[in-house]
Amino acid sequence: MAGTALRRRLTWQVAKVSAVTVETASVRTLTLDVPDWPGHQAGQHLDIRLTAEDGYVAERSYSIASAPGEPVAITVERLDDGEVSPYLTDELRAGDDLELRGPIGGYFVWEPEDGGPLLLLAGGSGIVPLRSILRHRERTGSTVPVRLLYSSRTLDDVIYQAELDQPARGVEVIHTLTRQQPPGWAGYARRADAALLAEVAWPADAMPLAYACGPTSFVEAVSQALVQSGHPPERVKTERFGATGGT
Amino acid sequence: MTAMSPIARGFHRRRQEPAENAGRVPPGQYVTKDFPVLSAGPTPHTALDRWSFSIGRSGRQKTWNWAEFRALPSQDVTVDIHCVTKWTKFDTAWQGVSVDTLLDLAGHDGPFAMAHCDGGYTTNLPVADLTGGKAWVAYAYDGQPLAPEHGGPARLLVPHLYFWKSAKWVRSLELRDTNDPGFWENYGYHIYGDPWREQRYAGD
Amino acid sequence: MDTVDGNAIGGLLQEVFGTEMTGAASVCGSCGAGRPVAELAVYQRAPGTVVRCRSCDSVLMVFVTIRGRTCVDLLGLASLG
Repeated sequence: MAGTALRRRLTWQVAKVSAVTVETASVRTLTLDVPDWPGHQAGQHLDIRLTAEDGYVAERSYSIASAPGEPVAITVERLDDGEVSPYLTDELRAGDDLELRGPIGGYFVWEPEDGGPLLLLAGGSGIVPLRSILRHRERTGSTVPVRLLYSSRTLDDVIYQAELDQPARGVEVIHTLTRQQPPGWAGYARRADAALLAEVAWPADAMPLAYACGPTSFVEAVSQALVQSGHPPERVKTERFGATGGT
Repeated sequence: MTAMSPIARGFHRRRQEPAENAGRVPPGQYVTKDFPVLSAGPTPHTALDRWSFSIGRSGRQKTWNWAEFRALPSQDVTVDIHCVTKWTKFDTAWQGVSVDTLLDLAGHDGPFAMAHCDGGYTTNLPVADLTGGKAWVAYAYDGQPLAPEHGGPARLLVPHLYFWKSAKWVRSLELRDTNDPGFWENYGYHIYGDPWREQRYAGD
Repeated sequence: MDTVDGNAIGGLLQEVFGTEMTGAASVCGSCGAGRPVAELAVYQRAPGTVVRCRSCDSVLMVFVTIRGRTCVDLLGLASLG
């Protein structure tokens, strides 16, 4: 099969930014008006393409933050040495055009019929596709029990904080703050590892369906810990953002 | 296809080429002050006591261990480097052994060379581009041992060609009669790779 | 190491294969390890995209896009799909 040349089939289209929401100091949610959107599944992503005036092109993938049936939205964290993310978080305004294609992916997705219980593990902006899953669960009336472990550097870095503070019935949200904790912090204050998972995750015999998303090091740590404690690998779905979570 | 793309006003590549660099930057390149790390696989970590370097025809190569290699006469060179992913970096300072020195000790034998590396990477070069003070096996960068992510313990340094030719983690130069394509060359990158003629892809 | 996983190349795979591929099953031609494409190790900071086995690091797939066309090598796979 070497050397087979194939034509492109997935099509790019121009969407319009309909709203920009401030999530944290460095994170924005862009709500998009996409003219030709076939609908998406919770957990899917889309590709963004930026073209500079001199013809330079950059492409990045972003998880879809909204539930199926809601307007398409992506949540973007600004990386200071990044090229694409500062443009998306700082330059884009409602009414601006944005080129994208999607939805993409069929592995890191959840539908109510996939069942549960659901064990969601988020590192930093890895919360984004899991938030889509949480909203999808709520919108479809699913009663599958959910436990979310969300690792952030500080409380100020917690994305969707207000929403996660009012979880739907049957959803438990457990935070760990790895770098700095506010005075009186009663939650966890350490990295997600086997010991922390032993405290907060469902045991393997509960047969949870696990979704882990975040930086590569976070995902490796939690997914290996789950598999080593007896969770079947096919029940542990992972999505790795790389060292930094893209640029 | 890209003609249809809307211009993202205010978006530009992070590193811009200063105007005063005209003439020093090959076509299509931009200047970076960083040293981007490109990698097509996990970074090998070969212990120095298990490292060796070989050069020559397959089956009759001259081989040095790390101590022997470090005892060879070395050179300090400061060169500009040009990556096919379009970054150029000025004034990179290296220390290493000239490939002239290695070939003088091993004997010139064959017009072409295939570089073989830890991790399985390969790239092909004419021996004429490895001789005449144009190529080194470098083991220090900026006065420090070459970091693993930049190709340490040692990498090939052939600065007049695109940087994919400067193979990281190089372990041997195999001399051949034929100019067989290496890893990226096999997938459509240019067999020679001269940045000044913008030979990125086969047919350029 | 700045590796991502097969989820990150869902768009590229869909472009090449004309269908969603991150959920497809892959088998490594070197060590025989089987896993969904989404779980493979992907190296993108390179002249092309290199996909490796997460068990033995063998190269399973290479994608190089030149002048708008993508060249695909699946030589390292024993099976896909």
